[in-house]
Order: sequence, then C-alpha cells, then structure tokens
Amino acid sequence: MKSKSDRLSPGALALLVLVLAGAMLLCICVGSVSISPADTLRVLLCALLRRPMPEGVSANIILNVRLPRVVNVALVGAALSLCGAAMQGLLRNPLADGSTLGVSSGASLGAVLALALDVTLPGTAFGGTMLLAMIFAFLSLMLILALAYALDRSLATNSIILIGVIFSMFASSVMSLIISFSGDKLRSITFWTMGSLSGTGFAHARVLAAALLVCGAVVLAHARELNAMAIGEDDARHVGVNVRRVKLTLMIAVSVLIGVCVSVGGTIGFVGLVVPHMARMIVGPNHGRLLPASMLAGAIFLLLCDLIARTLLRPIELSIGVVTSLVGAVAFVLIFYRTRRAARC
Amino acid sequence: MLKAEQVSVRYGERTVVDGLSFSLGEGQWLMLAGPNGAGKSTLIRAITQGVPYTGRIELMGRDVRACRPAQLAQQIGVLAQQHSVSYAYTVEEIVRLGRYAHAQGFLSGRDPEGDALVEQALEMTGMTALRHASVLTLSGGELQRAFLAQVFAQNPRVLLLDEPANHLDLGYQKHIFSLIGRWLSQPGRAVLSVVHDLSLARRYGTHAVLMDGGRCVARGTMEETLTPENLARVYGMDVGGWMRELLGQWA
Repeated sequence: MKSKSDRLSPGALALLVLVLAGAMLLCICVGSVSISPADTLRVLLCALLRRPMPEGVSANIILNVRLPRVVNVALVGAALSLCGAAMQGLLRNPLADGSTLGVSSGASLGAVLALALDVTLPGTAFGGTMLLAMIFAFLSLMLILALAYALDRSLATNSIILIGVIFSMFASSVMSLIISFSGDKLRSITFWTMGSLSGTGFAHARVLAAALLVCGAVVLAHARELNAMAIGEDDARHVGVNVRRVKLTLMIAVSVLIGVCVSVGGTIGFVGLVVPHMARMIVGPNHGRLLPASMLAGAIFLLLCDLIARTLLRPIELSIGVVTSLVGAVAFVLIFYRTRRAARC
Repeated sequence: MLKAEQVSVRYGERTVVDGLSFSLGEGQWLMLAGPNGAGKSTLIRAITQGVPYTGRIELMGRDVRACRPAQLAQQIGVLAQQHSVSYAYTVEEIVRLGRYAHAQGFLSGRDPEGDALVEQALEMTGMTALRHASVLTLSGGELQRAFLAQVFAQNPRVLLLDEPANHLDLGYQKHIFSLIGRWLSQPGRAVLSVVHDLSLARRYGTHAVLMDGGRCVARGTMEETLTPENLARVYGMDVGGWMRELLGQWA
C-alpha cells in the first residue's frame, strides 16, 4: 500500500481552489443588490481584459465595493489559518493559534491607540492604524521573546505560551483603559476590536498579499521542521532540526502576518484555531498537506462568515469577528467531542 | 569515534556532571551506569548539544560544538526512554523524520537512499504491518520500536540510548536490545547507553562507565568496572548478593 504524500494531492488542491473561487463569486453576487453570477463574471472578465463594461450591470459595486472586500476577506482568512496551523505545530498545542503568542493583542493595542489618538499617515486613510499595529506587533514579539529568554535560555515553548498569555491580559487591560477615555471614538474603536473588513480596499489587499506572499512562503518552507517539532523539541533536535532558529523564524513570520491582519481587519477570533483542526481531520497532521489546505480552507471559512455577517440581519451588518466566534465556538466543540470520541474507540 | 574530555555541566549552582572523560571506539557498546541523579542522562544531553557544558566532546575527531544540528544528526542517533507525539502521524511519517538531516531544504523532496533505509528500518523493527497506523494508537513497546526504526532510518554511526527499555515489559526489552545488538554488528558503528538494569548492562555491554554524583567512579571493560567493590561504593549495598537473591527465586 502506498503511503500518503508529503504534499497536497493535485486533485485535493484543485478542489479547494474551485470551492474558493465559488465562494468568492457567491460573496460578490450576494448583497443588498443581488447580481447574477453571469453578470459578475462578465464584469470581472471585462475589467481583466480592459474592455468596456457591459451596460445595465452595477460594475461599480462589483469592482470597487465587493471585489476588494472579498479579496481582503480571503487573504485574511488564509493568513490567520496558516498562522494557526503553524503555531499549533510549533507549540505542539492544539489550542494554540496566531494570538497565543500575545502578538495579536499587541497589534490590537497599537491600532486602538492609533484610533484613539487619531494617528494618521499623510495620503492614506488607514496608514496610521496599520503602522502602529505592525510596530506594536513587532515590539510585543520582542518583549515576549526577551522575557522568555530571561526565564529560560532555551526559549522553551511553555515559557513562551505563559508569557504570551500574561502579555495578552496586560494588553487587554491597557486597551480597556484607552477605550474608557476614548469619548466620542468609543463606537468606532469598539466596532474595530470586534473585527470588520467592511470598507477595505485594494490598498489593504496589496499589503495583505505582500505579507502573505513573503511570510506565507517562509511558513510553508518549514513544513518538515513543523512535522519534526510534533515529536518534541528534544527529538526534533536529535533528527537534525535547528530548533531555536526554526522557532524564531516561524514566530517572526507569524507575528508579521498577524500584525498586518489585525491592522486591516481588527480582532477576528477562532479562524486560526478552528480551521486547522478541520483541515487536519481531512488531510491529516502532516504539515506538507496541512499548511496549504488550512490556507485555502481558512479563506473559504472567512468568506462564508463574512457572507453571514452581511446578510443575516440585513440591512444591519454584523461584525465578522462576532460571526467567526459564534460559528467557530460551535464548530470547535463539535470537533473536540468527535476527536475525543474517536480517541476512545 | 566519540570522545569526551573533562566534560562538566552545571544547573545554576549545582554541578550535575563533574569533569567526566571517556572514549567510545568502533564496535563498542559503552554502558553508563549509576544511581539516579548521577548525571548519566545529562551527559547524553551534553553530547547532543541540549545543555551547555565545559570541556570538549569530539565526534570522529571533530569538536561537536562546531557541528550544525543536521551534521550531528547525520552521525549520531538518539533513542530516548519516552516519547510524546502531539498529533496522529502514521508510523511511517515518524520513521521518515529520521531522514530530515539527509534531505534538508525546500526543494529536497527526493531521497532515494532514504526510501530504502526507511523500508529496511520498518522491516528490522517489525513495524511494516503497522506503517499506516496512527502513533497515538500504539502501545508503549510499539511506539519505542517506531522510534528505534526512525533512528535506524537516520543511519547514524553512533547510537545514544537513554534508558531505552525503562518502561517496557521483558519481551520488548529483549527485543529492543537484540535489535540494537544486530545494528551494532555492522562495521563503523558504536553504542553509548544509559542503563539502570545492571543485568542488561552485563549481557549486552562491552565497556562501562560507572558514575556517582556527576563523577566517574570507574571505567573500562565490564569486568573491570562493575566489580562488587565499585558497585557497593556507588549503590551502598551488596548488588551481587541482591541480584543472586532475586534470581534464586527462579531456581
């Protein structure tokens, strides 16, 4: 009998890409103004080939409102899930995700500070928030690693998790303090902390795509090291993995991705926790298959959550973070029970 | 093949290994014996660069500090007493991890020599039938055999064993030690093993280092090292008498 490959099979990859394309098309078509899939495809094709737009179709809604949002949602979903899968492998903890390090809270703190103090960059609507979120994400990582290093020179996983959790609580407290004094900005800050990708444009998408391209490639290139980490840091070292270098590289890549995602979409929980579990049930734990599957499945998951957020209580739009938390919590409980039951059998 | 000179390891103010020296030659099976806390496992961790140490450890004449982890793993395989795998990897996936040091890099998917070695390791350890089983479903003995197969697939020249049969029943103990004995019978190989069971040490070892409180009490051939006087000094009891009393029950 032939063993499963270390890579995602072309069939599975094609299926996931097809489902992703379908989900993106669905999200563009459905909204306050319904547009048929045929019209949507025609507009997208004309835009791609730089031809005149067909008449009677809301090309502006498709190209300038829904398409950038859908692209951003897909990129954030892919990035968060990839980070979650990497962190669950690296920390050998199925409850880990991109936020376990505390970097997510650090990035949120930076963004809340930017919103509260009206920090802006000339020429951009979101530059200040993004810049401060990324700076705080990076500073948080440095602080967490420095504290973990002071505690334990080998940068033990447990030390990092412990300090990450403590730092998250500290950052949340400071955020609450800022929100208490935010006055008229309270509503916008609160909505941002719940997570939202409404109003995001192609400028956001470019930053997200660049971060995913670079940091995603770094994470994907470490699939074998992540497999080795699953047998424990000592055993991983025994088979030749440079454990410290791998940990630092992956944590920096994940932190940058999380920082960019948080700066664009706020705090969107559960995606990085639940999607890798779902993907693992289908493609197995081998990171050669798990990482790409998580990326694609994460994009699909967040697109569907965004669709629910936009349409469930129309015309009121829910925060995407609220939907991912509701859906994710239920899905996680189901996965958890199923896994435990399977383990007992 | 492996040589340690004045190796010391400190945990804070406490000296766990204190100026230990030994050498391991081709075809030798060196048993590290001594009571709990003697520093045996710490010495193994020092050799694999798992803890900082002073002194010098040489592998094939080269200072191991100068070796990258992958270079070290190409020469040294380690079998620990316990393993914990986080996710439901198959036995074959675990065994294939042994090839990591030989096929590194983003584009190194192919490892033709490795495929043959993985097959051979699975066969040697009797794990071929379980190759697609999840490691989470294996018994302690099967899991240890899976990790032994991983070490065999790694194709090292020196094998370090840290109480490899500690939690195994007698059948598995015999099986694991026999497998390692067969592995050692090939040229250019050596084994360094931490053991508590002195009967196993005597049965399989060619040389021994007896440790106590981080120091070397005696070293040499089994006969030279595990003498009644040395054992009484280290364990504070008549070890031979105790063994005879135990075995006498089976007479």
